[in-house]
Amino acid sequence: MSEQSLLQVKDLSVSIDNELPILNNINLDIKPGETHVLMGPNGAGKSTLGFSLMGNPHYCVTGGQILFDGQDITNLSADKRAKAGMFLSFQNPYEVPGISMGSFIRNAYHAQTGAPVKLLQFQKSLKAAMELLSMDESYADRDLNVGFSGGEKKKAEILQLLMMNPKFAILDETDSGLDVDAVRTVSKGIEEYQKKKDGALLIITHSTKILESLHVDYTHVLVKGSIVHTGGASLVDEINENGFERFIKED
Amino acid sequence: MSDNKQIVADIDHSLYDFKDIENEKDFYRMEEGLTEETVLKVSEEKNDPDWMRDFRLECLKLYNEIKMPNWGPSIEGLDMDKISSYVRHKSDMKGKWEDVPEDIKNTFEKLGIPQAERESLAGVGAQYDSELVYHNVKDEVAAQGVIYTDLESALRSEYADMIKSHFMKLVPPTDHKFAALHGAVWSGGSFVYVPKNVKVEIPLQSYFRLNAAGAGQFEHTLIIVDEGADLHFIEGCSAPKYNVANLHAGCVELYVGKNARLRYSTIENWSKNMYNLNTKRALVEENGIMEWVSGSFGSHTSYLYPMTILKGDNSKMEFTGITFAGKGQNLDTGAKVVHQGERTSSVINTKSISKDGGIGTYRSSVTIQSTAKKAKASISCDSLMLDSISRADTIPGMDIRTSDADVGHEAKIGRISDEAIFYLMSRGISEEDAKAMIVSGFANPVSKELPLEYAVEMNNLIKLEMSGNG
Repeated sequence: MSEQSLLQVKDLSVSIDNELPILNNINLDIKPGETHVLMGPNGAGKSTLGFSLMGNPHYCVTGGQILFDGQDITNLSADKRAKAGMFLSFQNPYEVPGISMGSFIRNAYHAQTGAPVKLLQFQKSLKAAMELLSMDESYADRDLNVGFSGGEKKKAEILQLLMMNPKFAILDETDSGLDVDAVRTVSKGIEEYQKKKDGALLIITHSTKILESLHVDYTHVLVKGSIVHTGGASLVDEINENGFERFIKED
Repeated sequence: MSDNKQIVADIDHSLYDFKDIENEKDFYRMEEGLTEETVLKVSEEKNDPDWMRDFRLECLKLYNEIKMPNWGPSIEGLDMDKISSYVRHKSDMKGKWEDVPEDIKNTFEKLGIPQAERESLAGVGAQYDSELVYHNVKDEVAAQGVIYTDLESALRSEYADMIKSHFMKLVPPTDHKFAALHGAVWSGGSFVYVPKNVKVEIPLQSYFRLNAAGAGQFEHTLIIVDEGADLHFIEGCSAPKYNVANLHAGCVELYVGKNARLRYSTIENWSKNMYNLNTKRALVEENGIMEWVSGSFGSHTSYLYPMTILKGDNSKMEFTGITFAGKGQNLDTGAKVVHQGERTSSVINTKSISKDGGIGTYRSSVTIQSTAKKAKASISCDSLMLDSISRADTIPGMDIRTSDADVGHEAKIGRISDEAIFYLMSRGISEEDAKAMIVSGFANPVSKELPLEYAVEMNNLIKLEMSGNG
């Protein structure tokens, strides 16, 4: 594992429309291939951090810096961050009528690489990834996320993760609202990305089920917009047993 | 197939905007304004039969009597005293592409018309200003007995009586002021007759180009699809942009026989100084099917509501339309249907997009007469506004005179979502492309209905509008 940082967040503060501060002085250092878990009670600002890292213009950076692969991306638009190798799996993926999932992924892949997509090869790897995620082939021809169940939407996000193969992915509550089987399937996809593709991850989650089969390097606890504690993989189990009370009191 | 449609090449707007001013001396242009004298001159130019000359004069009278419509977008900028109602090249219509005058040929070559004919059309008509300059039908289609010609020649052929008994019977000059105007100065357009049980496998196409500044185009399209026959007719329109108002008041009359089917597709991209006051109407007999596909992109102001009269029992109509109103455009579009026969059914699906202060209005009227037992009508209109200064309105009208009608109506108006744009951008797609992708996805139910090359053209137009160069 290289000592060079992949993602460095330095004293990042974020607000909505320059008013309410949501995140205060966040610091993160993620190296290639590392998996970080971000936990915290509802409303702590976990999704805001995910959106801010990906460059959602709704959230304003009021202080600090985000460095990715040595480049200052604090002011880059989301598409440029994606091209640099970042990915966000959405908690509520958006429905896009009239664009099939297959052609969307192909368009996105093309937009990111700039290279022409070899159709047969693309279809082969799409099919393989869908099989891994137990997605019916017909979903490739359906409008992106339109009429998908909660579980299928999340699978479609992980499918995109596998197809885009970024250096770093943020998974925002990918496990929420999923039944046990679906969590297992999605988790298999993440494992594939983590192990076979040596991808770095920031997993935002409430529960620990999704982490069972994954290797975790660090766990961060976010409370009221600040990271109040950072620990190893065992912290996940502790939170699983005792909840966040200890950290809220500390705050 | 739909995959391919989303990847569209950049196009240059000069494709539609080029002008041909150097060769103006080759054109005969009637003086502006509308008087008995100008109408008689048009009639003389056209070598009308007597009944047609008299009909024109009667229409002029009606035109002067009927008031301007006061219920739609403003047409105050349109001054008939400044519109020349007849402009033609000083040469005749050709049956061979090589014989078409060089300047006009260049225009159509740039628009890709002859290429399209070679590749995928059964016949092509090309109108330049007031006159058809080219008309051709593939031999095998002609051998089936299909007639596709300019209306003027047809008036002097064995079909003269058929034309007399159908011409402006479906859209009478009393219908509205611009129908009367059309009757007075109509010129050009096409006549199509498909004999009984003849199925025309590939589409026929007419392309209308209005090149002259301050001119009007008043082409008349008359299509008769006889019992059991089948036809797809495509109409394309464009014009370069001028600073003076141009007027398009065409008229389309479609007769769909018993058990026959007609599909009528239009991609309209008039320039943004055009007043598009076009009237289209279809009459459908028993078991007949009328299908409309309509894309409205251009013009300064449009009034366009293709109407279908479902006269025969079990007759059907389906209307699929899209309207894109950009900066300075006020496009009032929709559809009308009258159910007369029993178990008649109609489906109206429209999409409207407005951007940069454009106004898109969906206006429709569904009438179910007392004779139309068990009629079915379903209407769905979706509007998408791309910013906060644009407008979308929905004005549906219904008049139902039976107790057993099955009528459904669904309307949605929304603004493009920032979250959706962010979602696509997070996958590496630029902001402009993300918006274009959402809009073409929104338009997809319409482009799906078009032949591939037209779907591509429509996506090009959307992309062009989205980049702000439309």
